[in-house]
Amino acid sequence: MSAQAHPPSHPHSQPLIHGLMAEFNSADDLIAAAHQIHDAGFKRVDAYTPYPIEELSEALGHHRSKLPAIVLTGGILGALGGYGLQFWAATIAYPMNIGGRPFHSWPAFIVPTFECTILAAALFAVLGMFALNGLPHPYHPVFNVPRFALASRDRYFLVIEARDPKFDRQDTERFLTGLKASEVFEVER
Amino acid sequence: MNRETMGSDAAAFAAPADVAGIDRLQRLALIAGGAGAVVCLAGLLLSPHYFFRAYLVGWVFWMGVTLGCLAISLLHHMTRGAWGLVIRRVLEAASRTLPLLLVLALPLAFGMKDLYEWARPEAVRADVLLQAKAPYLNVPFFFLRLVIYFLIWGGFAYAVGRLSLRQDRQPDPGLTRKMQLIAGPGLAAYCLAVTFASVDWLMSLQPRWFSTIYGVYLMGSQGLAALAFLITFALWLSRREPMSQVLQPRHFHDWGKLFFAFVMLWAYFSFSQFLIIWAGNLPEEISFYWVRMQGRWGLVFLAIALFHFLLPFLLLLSRDLKRNARRLVIVAVLMLVMRWVELVWQVEPAFADHHRGFYWLYLVTPLTLGGFWLAWFLRELKKRPLLPINDPYLPEAIAHHE
Repeated sequence: MSAQAHPPSHPHSQPLIHGLMAEFNSADDLIAAAHQIHDAGFKRVDAYTPYPIEELSEALGHHRSKLPAIVLTGGILGALGGYGLQFWAATIAYPMNIGGRPFHSWPAFIVPTFECTILAAALFAVLGMFALNGLPHPYHPVFNVPRFALASRDRYFLVIEARDPKFDRQDTERFLTGLKASEVFEVER
Repeated sequence: MNRETMGSDAAAFAAPADVAGIDRLQRLALIAGGAGAVVCLAGLLLSPHYFFRAYLVGWVFWMGVTLGCLAISLLHHMTRGAWGLVIRRVLEAASRTLPLLLVLALPLAFGMKDLYEWARPEAVRADVLLQAKAPYLNVPFFFLRLVIYFLIWGGFAYAVGRLSLRQDRQPDPGLTRKMQLIAGPGLAAYCLAVTFASVDWLMSLQPRWFSTIYGVYLMGSQGLAALAFLITFALWLSRREPMSQVLQPRHFHDWGKLFFAFVMLWAYFSFSQFLIIWAGNLPEEISFYWVRMQGRWGLVFLAIALFHFLLPFLLLLSRDLKRNARRLVIVAVLMLVMRWVELVWQVEPAFADHHRGFYWLYLVTPLTLGGFWLAWFLRELKKRPLLPINDPYLPEAIAHHE
């Protein structure tokens, strides 16, 4: 989606903010709100909870992560690389007669190939995870809201970012208040 | 989550299982078993010598499904979780087919000499090694051990099943803990008994050969066979009232994950055995793979590597496939077929004499025993409610989040 398609309706009248944060008292309220926000068509939404809630990402419409594909790529590269290295070493670079076995003795190659698969897949998983979630992230605007500290205790938060095409300072605040949010905060940049 | 719908759900399950079509399926299974028995009898009359190895394959196949279900039910009692709770009654009913399988072990007694070299006195007289093994490998002790195994497995299946039944009558949360306490030792006893049984039933087909990983290898096979059966049967259940209200993609997803884990576990065991024997390359050990990797058996070996491991492994990587019951069942059915292929590959090459004209028996015996097994299993399943209605974790296990 191009940036011009959705210019801010009143660029000068609005303060530059990160978005709006809604606080919820229970996980059920949060999940219900997440469903309605998703149905309303908001895309740039994130939720913060004291413990993982599996249905939440589905409720927000974050179905697909690219991570599995990245890990699979890592695994395949690791397998090919591991087997290829052994094949090259045992048949081309250093062909040696070991116990009368053929140079290309595949059973012996399987275990290192497996290890290389896991190693590469794990590295791709960790690095891919960092690449996709943007960590390390020394500054995040959500911490500008003092009550956000409760997100690691007993409160549930949901943020709609200002760069969401459907975002409107007043309308979105009214919408969030109507979703059983106990309070709605403005998140400074 | 939603208490009101839960209440009505529980009411639908309070009575013993009544699933549309269950009687019909039971009848069909019995007919298949009966028709198969006639063909088996013909095979037996044609050639008792070749019949019994096929019978052994059929019997060990269904032992695998049964014992795998028993082990998974014990595993579930130890670890809990929605995946096991919704299928617990199926696991218990499958475990209660043990009496039938004990009876079905009887025909083996007539084929011991055809099956096992150590059961032929003239062969034992001619071989010092077999004489040294005779205190363990002899026919009376073989059947004594078989009965002991059944007592162990049946004992634990009965002990846990009785508590599970009592829980249906009175909601006592302490029963969950009691079943958990029995399940731990039960699983350990299951493993020990299967280890011995694997030596008796299959490894001793070639009495000079040995592999120390063979027991766990058979356990991995049993877990796979049981999960493949469970997933297939769960699809059948999920299409009929009342389980259609209960079974959800997330349950299939969980079984799919466990299935995937067992595919890898089986491959790990079977490859470990192969690699160690291949690396050692000792005549008394390598003979096992030597005959099984030559000529046509080599093709079967390749097929096992591809369709018992590689293809299911690749397919089960997909989250979408595991959540799609119908596609998951395709993999499960493939696995059941491959379990059968793998058993034939274990058994037939162990013999010196082959007669291709009798290979069809390998197909008939598992289907015949399967017919009787399924009929007995459904009979047991009908005796109790389809869900453990008073289990304290049931509401969570069957709640609809979506």
